[in-house]
Amino acid sequence: MSHSRSVEVMVGAFMAAGFVALFFLAMQVSNLSTTSTGEGYLVAARFDNIGSLKVRSPVTMAGVRVGRVSGIEYDSETYEAVVNLRIESRFDKIPDDSFAKIFTAGLLGEQYVGLDPGGSEEYLKGGDEISLTQPALVLEEIIGQFLFSKAQEDATDE
Amino acid sequence: MTSVSKPLVKVRDLYFSRGDKAIFEGVDLDIYRGWITAIMGPSGTGKTTLLKLIGGQLRPDSGTIEVDGVDVHRLGSGDLYRLRKRMGMLFQSGALLTDISVFDNVAYPLREHTGLPETMIRKLVLLKLEAVGLRGARDLMPGELSGGMARRVALARAMALDPMMIMYDEPFTGQDPISLGVLVKLISSLNDASRLTSIIVSHDVEETAQIADYIYVISRGKVVDQGMPDQMMNSDAPWTRQFMKGLPDGPAAFHYPAPELEKDLMGRS
Amino acid sequence: MLDVLARLGRIGIGILGHIGRGHLLLLSILGGIPLLARRPRLLIAQIYAVGVLSMLIIAVSGTFVGMVLGLQGYYILSQFGAEQTLGVMVAASLVRELGPVVAALLFAGRAGSALTAEIGLMGATEQLSGLEMMAVNPIKRILAPRFLAGVISMPLLAAVFSALGVMGGYFVGVGLLGVDDGAFWSQMQTKIDLHEDVYNGVIKSLVFGFVCTWIALFQGYYATPTSEGVSRATTRTVVHSSLAVLGLDFILTALMFGD
Repeated sequence: MSHSRSVEVMVGAFMAAGFVALFFLAMQVSNLSTTSTGEGYLVAARFDNIGSLKVRSPVTMAGVRVGRVSGIEYDSETYEAVVNLRIESRFDKIPDDSFAKIFTAGLLGEQYVGLDPGGSEEYLKGGDEISLTQPALVLEEIIGQFLFSKAQEDATDE
Repeated sequence: MTSVSKPLVKVRDLYFSRGDKAIFEGVDLDIYRGWITAIMGPSGTGKTTLLKLIGGQLRPDSGTIEVDGVDVHRLGSGDLYRLRKRMGMLFQSGALLTDISVFDNVAYPLREHTGLPETMIRKLVLLKLEAVGLRGARDLMPGELSGGMARRVALARAMALDPMMIMYDEPFTGQDPISLGVLVKLISSLNDASRLTSIIVSHDVEETAQIADYIYVISRGKVVDQGMPDQMMNSDAPWTRQFMKGLPDGPAAFHYPAPELEKDLMGRS
Repeated sequence: MLDVLARLGRIGIGILGHIGRGHLLLLSILGGIPLLARRPRLLIAQIYAVGVLSMLIIAVSGTFVGMVLGLQGYYILSQFGAEQTLGVMVAASLVRELGPVVAALLFAGRAGSALTAEIGLMGATEQLSGLEMMAVNPIKRILAPRFLAGVISMPLLAAVFSALGVMGGYFVGVGLLGVDDGAFWSQMQTKIDLHEDVYNGVIKSLVFGFVCTWIALFQGYYATPTSEGVSRATTRTVVHSSLAVLGLDFILTALMFGD
């Protein structure tokens, strides 16, 4: 009897350890504590080029995350990327003339959408579209332009 | 020996093969109630297979096996399991569960099937162990038993549900003379005391002939002879004579089939 | 020529027969699981044998794998000045891949081989036949609890592996190499996603537990009932389980993280 009792205790300890580990992974390692569930409102933004922006990339204002990219589509008529942003509902006072830019975190980091507030009294609400956008900086283009202008300078110097 | 009544087990025109190898080619036999019937034959004739066919663990290619009036291989699994509760089988190795004690082994079928309270099970188990003389060994593990003791425990376990018949698979093989004597006595006294029907599969002629009421001899997939033990011992049929007396050569040749020796020695391959 | 075709055909039929028997066995095992609701004791004993006894090797391996990841990751990331992302690297590799996969490989070696040997020996010593003749279905009574125990234990073992690995990486990265404590956790938390990473890791380990236990029981149940047959079956369990885990991991990763 004491043998089967100790087996039960060990099994109980094992299961507890397993669930503690799962809990640890969920709470401490992953972003459960920082994500909100699918609540919030959807705002669209059109970009000429989104670079390597992905679904679930963060949306920030003044460096604070206010939402995530929830979907990326391509508009074949205007040749633009349509990015859907899900903004958490507690950030409900974003001016509707805010400026959406795609930034890169660090030189090699991932891309995210940054919102610069405008001066409007009207606030963004679900279904709105942000009209002022700035596309992602594509490194090759910048380097290309830099080399081109450098070459022109050299040409004029001579 | 009780009077001859309807047979408990009826095997008719049994065919069974393993891969390309035919094991049985038309076996007919009857096992009568209350008798100890021996099925004998050289090693490799499929005697154990026959027991597994009777127990429904294997299916014949054709032919029927009836136990107590029902065709074993027509039963659904539920009915088959119900029938098996009334059959005991003693495996050559004993087949005791190695991770539980002697007591728990004997209690196993009772706990699985009866739902009796533990105090009752304890009494039943001790009685069964007493019958095989191993009440004192109840706390040993199967690994600590000798081969003969393991078989006796297995016998107690096979008897636990008070079956109508017990099948013994080579019960006498590899036993010292004392365990042999014990087993021979146990099998015959249990059969008489509990109104059992017993089937013994064996090639130990002497011990089997001592206790059997009837003997079938099987060879090459067929029943080659049958009769009471003393008839068999004095049989003139050449095959029976060779087997019962243990003669090295006879119808069952000493040599495995081969081309003539001279040709073999002269040939290349 | 015809001989070659015939041989090919025979191999094909053999493999199909194998797969068929495996699935039939699985069906019978699943049929035995409702019985366990009435007799949880059977299950508990098997979780002990399969889960608790594998715990030590899983815990030790997890910790060391995490420590090595911390060390190697640090040297590579520090070349880009990105030591702060060490936590992400350690946690992502563990939770997505190494946790489920390495834990499953260890599980196949520790618990799977033990299961095959146990069942195979029960077959070789006629214990399984003996149970059948006692009107006890060995698939329900012996295999089903072991199967369920494997499926339950595997995700827990993988979680322990990953969690201890993260701790090991933390110990090396933050404790020994001086990565910033706050950055280690916060970077990890922003990049590791509960659904995408943790849930998918758990699903992977569930699948691995299912497949490894199934293979182990199949090999044990159909092992040739001799000592040689059982030892071959044990080897096959480890080889087949490992290959199955690695192959399935590729497929699952492609399905989960593909888009």
